[in-house]
Order: sequence, then C-alpha cells, then structure tokens
Amino acid sequence: MTTITHHLTDDLILGYSAGTLPEAVNLIIATHISLCDECRAAIEAQDAVGGAVLDTIGEMPVSDAFLDGALSMIRGGDFAPSPRPIKIAQDAVAPAPLRDYIGGTLDDVKWRPIGMGVKQAILPTSREATARLLFIPAGTAMPDHGHRGLELTLVLQGAFQDDEGCFRRGDIEIADEDLHHTPVADISEDCICLAVTDAPLRLKGLARLAQPFLRI
Amino acid sequence: MEQTKADTHDWTAVLVRIRDDRDETAFVELFRHFAPRLKAFLMRSGGDPALAEECAQEVMATVWQKSAQFDPARASVATWIFTIARNRRIDALRKQKRPEPEDLPWGPEAEPDQEDQLGLQQDTETLTEAMAALPSKQRDLIEKAYFGDLTHNEIADLTGLPLGTIKSRIRLALQRLRHAMDRK
Ligand SMILES: [Zn+2]
Repeated sequence: MTTITHHLTDDLILGYSAGTLPEAVNLIIATHISLCDECRAAIEAQDAVGGAVLDTIGEMPVSDAFLDGALSMIRGGDFAPSPRPIKIAQDAVAPAPLRDYIGGTLDDVKWRPIGMGVKQAILPTSREATARLLFIPAGTAMPDHGHRGLELTLVLQGAFQDDEGCFRRGDIEIADEDLHHTPVADISEDCICLAVTDAPLRLKGLARLAQPFLRI
Repeated sequence: MEQTKADTHDWTAVLVRIRDDRDETAFVELFRHFAPRLKAFLMRSGGDPALAEECAQEVMATVWQKSAQFDPARASVATWIFTIARNRRIDALRKQKRPEPEDLPWGPEAEPDQEDQLGLQQDTETLTEAMAALPSKQRDLIEKAYFGDLTHNEIADLTGLPLGTIKSRIRLALQRLRHAMDRK
C-alpha cells in the first residue's frame, strides 16, 4: 500500500459516522477508507461515539410482539446467518464500494468524452451530490475552475498536481469555495479519479459554454 | 424519556454466543436490552413510533444475520449495533444505499487478539465516562449530530469540541486494525 498523505477532515469523518452525508459523499469516503487504514481507524473511533450515544439515549418500550416477530424472522430464511467474510484480494484499482456503483471493474465503465481526451462517467447516486469517474490522459490539465460548494477528488490511478500539492493513489483533495485550481495529471500515467461535487463547478472562460453538456 | 446509564454487562459474551452457537436465549437477552434503545434512537432521528419499532426489530434480526462479522477487538456491541441501525435509518428515512468500505482481508480462522479486545473494552469505558462528564450542552450537540439535526453553525461548534480522547483513541484503533489485518 502506498503512503497516503491527503486525508479526510474531521467533519467528514463525523458526518460519515453519523450517516448524515449525501450518498455520493459516503461513496468517496468509503472508497478512501478502503485504501487508507488511518482514516478507517478514525471512522471506527468515531463510530464508538455513536455507540455511546445509543447506549445512553434512553429507552422506549417495545412490546413482546416485536420480540416474537424478530424470533420468527431469525428462524426464517431471510435472516439466516451469513458466513464470515473471506479473504479478498485488495489490489483492484477500484475498491469494492466503487465496484458496486460501477457494476463491475474499471474496464466496465461507460466513459463519455468531454474534450481534450478527458472522459467521465457519472455514477448512480442520490441527487444531493454527484459522483463521477474522471479519466485524464497523462500530462493533461483540467479546466481552471472554482466551486460553489464542496469538491472531493480521490485518486485511483496515476497522480495529479495543483497548488495544494501532489495527489497520488488513495489521496483525497477537499476543495471548498475558496479554492480555485487547475489540476494537471502526472506525465507518467493516465490519471483516474473519483470526484464528488455538491454544487455545479464554476468554470472559467470557454469551458463554461460546454458546462450544460458535461453535467458538471 | 430518561437518560440511561451505560451498563457494564458483558454484551460481547452474549453476542459471541449468538455468533458461535446461534443461541436464541442470548438473542432474547440482547433484544430486551437494545431494542428499546434502538426505538428511542430511531424516534429521535425522525421516525414515528411504528416505523421505529419496525426498524428496531429488523436491526436486531440483522445483528443475528451478520454476527459472524462482529469483531470484538474492533468494536463494542453497542458500537456495532449502532452502525447497523445507522445504515437502516439511511435506508428507511432517506431511501438511500450506504456505501461501506471494502472488508479487511480476513481469514475464517482468525481469532481476535485478547489484548486488543481488552484494550477496546477499556477504551469504550473511558469514552462513555468522558461523554457523561461533558457539559450537557456539548453532549446535546454530539447527540444531535448523530440524530442528523445539527445546523451548519452547530457543526462548526462541534469541530472544536474537547473530546480529546477521540484523537488518542484513533491511534489505538489503528494499532488494533493493523493487528486485525495481520491475522489473516
Ligand atoms: Zn485517509
């Protein structure tokens, strides 16, 4: 596993643990922690706070009818115990949560060209935020853009560079309204990223004309 | 609704009986303890009583179904049940899937490290005490975060929260996680 240097922020960790974030944001976080032990541990520690909340929230009476119902559920087939997870290979470019949304591996992605060799594929999530895969040919610059909301970018393959630094596999960049940037893909390899936005990007210049067609 | 104290009952042993022996008596015990808490939790999250009861029932059945995934070196029983309830809530109230991280590579023969298990238990107790010792205003904020009804400003307040224990706990959680990954 390569060393990851750009991680989740505390409020993303809290939001993921509390379960209050849009589906697309949950997806990029689940994908990052599939690659990053540090953030996985941080989420597990934060989940313990949720456990403490559940433990001390108080009680509302539940009638025995529900206990009986639960017992017949576990005796029926639908809730039969599932076996322990078996060891799986973790070397796929797209970790499991992402494969679920692609419906396969990266080879199965239905890319659409959006200019300059860049391709994208929008993944099916709820509409509060958008998740897309981006394919950026080695050495290509993405259009200079700002944000009306949050933009999260996770590198799956290759690397890109902007004013904030260099982002490699597993690194996540968290850009808010203050950041205006021009990411450039590393020259050595085509770059594949998962990007999530909770508001349309603000593009500069000509690229803006194309915006409605790109759905970005 | 009265605040309940976290009790020190060994729920891990109860859940392990479910996991290893499919023990229905253990399930009844766990249900009687957690279902009323789950109902309270789901009602505070915006569910009506009927929906909350139904969800609580389903969460408990899921606990039975997924018990093989319970790892006592990585989560307390309350924490593990919380994560199932949270996912059920996202599904029921927001009609969304919940993307979960890839499972750790983990062989069926793996047994958790005793020391890690003890460490986690101590951690959980320290955390519960730290939460109980918080001024009620801050406690309130944390609870609200988990019920999904914090405003934007409140989230900002929460970021500076003196839950310093969390930071040191992350380091320990990481150690235990790496141990878990080694036992494959
Ligand atoms: Zn990380």
